Amino acid sequence: MDASFLSPTPTVETITLVEATRRAVAQEMRRDPFVWVLGEDVARGGIFGQYRGLIDAFGPERIVSTPISEATLMGAGLGAALVGTRPIIEMRIFDFALCAMDELVNQIAKIRYMFGGQAKPAVVIRAPHGLWRSSAAQHSQSLEAWFAHLPGLVVAVPATPADAAGLLVAAIRSDDPVLFFEPKALFGATGPVPEEIAPLPFGLARHVRGGDDLTLVCWSSIVPDCERAAQALERDGVGVDLFDLRTLWPWDESAVLASVARTRRLLVVHEAVRTGGFGGEIVARVVECLGPGALKAVRRVGAPRLPVPFSPPLEDAMRVTETKIIAAAKSLLAA
Amino acid sequence: MESGAQHAMARLMELYRLMARIRTFEEVALAAHAAGELPGYLHPSIGQEAVAAGVCSVLRRDDRITSTHRGHGHALAKGAEVKGMMRELFGRAGGVCRGKGGSMHIADFSIGMLGANGVVAGGIPIAVGAAQGLRLLGSDAIVACFFGDGAINRGPFLEGLNWAALYRLPVLFVCEDNAVAAFTAACTVTAGPGVVARAESCGVAAESVDGNDVEAVAEAAARLIARVRRGDGPQLLHARTYRLLGHTSTDQAAWRDPDEVTRARANDPLIRARDRLRAAGVAEADLDAILAEARAEMEAARADALQAPWPEAAEAWEDVQDIGAEPVEQL
Repeated sequence: MDASFLSPTPTVETITLVEATRRAVAQEMRRDPFVWVLGEDVARGGIFGQYRGLIDAFGPERIVSTPISEATLMGAGLGAALVGTRPIIEMRIFDFALCAMDELVNQIAKIRYMFGGQAKPAVVIRAPHGLWRSSAAQHSQSLEAWFAHLPGLVVAVPATPADAAGLLVAAIRSDDPVLFFEPKALFGATGPVPEEIAPLPFGLARHVRGGDDLTLVCWSSIVPDCERAAQALERDGVGVDLFDLRTLWPWDESAVLASVARTRRLLVVHEAVRTGGFGGEIVARVVECLGPGALKAVRRVGAPRLPVPFSPPLEDAMRVTETKIIAAAKSLLAA
Repeated sequence: MESGAQHAMARLMELYRLMARIRTFEEVALAAHAAGELPGYLHPSIGQEAVAAGVCSVLRRDDRITSTHRGHGHALAKGAEVKGMMRELFGRAGGVCRGKGGSMHIADFSIGMLGANGVVAGGIPIAVGAAQGLRLLGSDAIVACFFGDGAINRGPFLEGLNWAALYRLPVLFVCEDNAVAAFTAACTVTAGPGVVARAESCGVAAESVDGNDVEAVAEAAARLIARVRRGDGPQLLHARTYRLLGHTSTDQAAWRDPDEVTRARANDPLIRARDRLRAAGVAEADLDAILAEARAEMEAARADALQAPWPEAAEAWEDVQDIGAEPVEQL
């Protein structure tokens, strides 16, 4: 019997990434009365419209516009979680979370451990990150590798509307603190999102496309560039096995290892600075697990170790692009 | 009138007993540290017991507190169990934090103690958020937030007071002013008239109290907490006290003016409570018995901790996170 007779076809709509996150938050706030949002300008809808209209639906006790007090934003979210609520801490843009590093690094990430399991720091920290509209050095950073390094946190780095929505639902329901990096550059990107948003498990990569010649691993804002690069390479007869990791901690090690064992060529691409970036960790794990002899060639593509400049030609010079990705892939194939 | 006075003396007796337990807990822990029984180091609050005892004596069990790196007294006064605390200081199995936190990270959520904190002012944002969360939950519990005089020069103090006042949160801020920030006299690093003026500038009502007079602390705290509970918004209690020992168990504090320390010893909150109780007719022997009983309780906890097993090494891998936890390495 056709199973479609038993359950109605889920409604799917094509919406932007930012709208997908808005719907995910609204869904979870309807589901759980102790999910609430604190952050600057959230009652006005948030600076990207992530919370548009939620003040009308949920009121000022649950959509709380706050002072520009990042340390207390982060720490108060933690305190509210300790008594049993589920706060969503909106950092406006990631770079401002740097004003709250004690609260994130010393308190949120460690409190469950230090107190022998008594504390449940069930917070989501929303952190729009990355390059966007010439925002310059203090509004453009991608520092996700710092936090993958930090025990205690889940680090999400979605790139599509559906993944952002599904991971955000999972993050809100998670008892672990989740640092939720959102790609500012992709807030306007569109894609299909089901009306009923199911939680997406952490640590499961999205297999974007299959190929036999090289494995390409990426995440967050650079994913569409990698997809375009893979399409161009395919036109040249090069098969790219492309993975969008979706979460950096945990990351889908087994999917990457299985792919590299087959292709024997690994390219890791991230918008963040290459030096000390999470790409290095991925390469190191692959070499450790498969042995150096298993690899024919490996490359990391990331930004040079520069602050992000303002002027568009300067920003473009340091930005990872489709062209740079294709060039790196071709150099791998030559090896 | 007579029964009122009797009631007050019975209450002071209980406060004295609580202070004696805090004092002897730390004296015994310091002795254990000196004997090499206890790893790490301690931040003793000896001399400051009246603040913890006075404030916590007027809190409900479901009220929450946040504490500092000098937090043994706050935990005990809120009702933390001695054996679990002592085992935690010793890093042993059965410690209230399973040996993961030690002296500086004592927490006991079962009695509303949301944690000591290794970072000065670290508890302030947590306290205001806990108060905001309690309101969302529909609870009428409040949060008492302890911090030292050093904390008022950190950003979270300003942020947290402004925040609590803005949302009229049920928080009692308690500035436990022991006159010294680590190794530096607080007055030499604090500009302006101090914590009360800073609180008032944020619209937080504040008052100072003799923090070595346990009855005065309890009375002031009760008054401010009543305001907090009836929805008047956050209040601040500035309790002036004195840290009789060094910054840590390894600091002899020899750098201090000896006359200042001599004067402070005469102003010891336990001595003052004893004087008052004696004047009301309590026998010296009864007061000594309270102290002896407290010391026996703490020595028993020390002996218990010393014989307790160490945690299993694999426990180091537990309670990091649910998802993405590292597998235990082969040991």
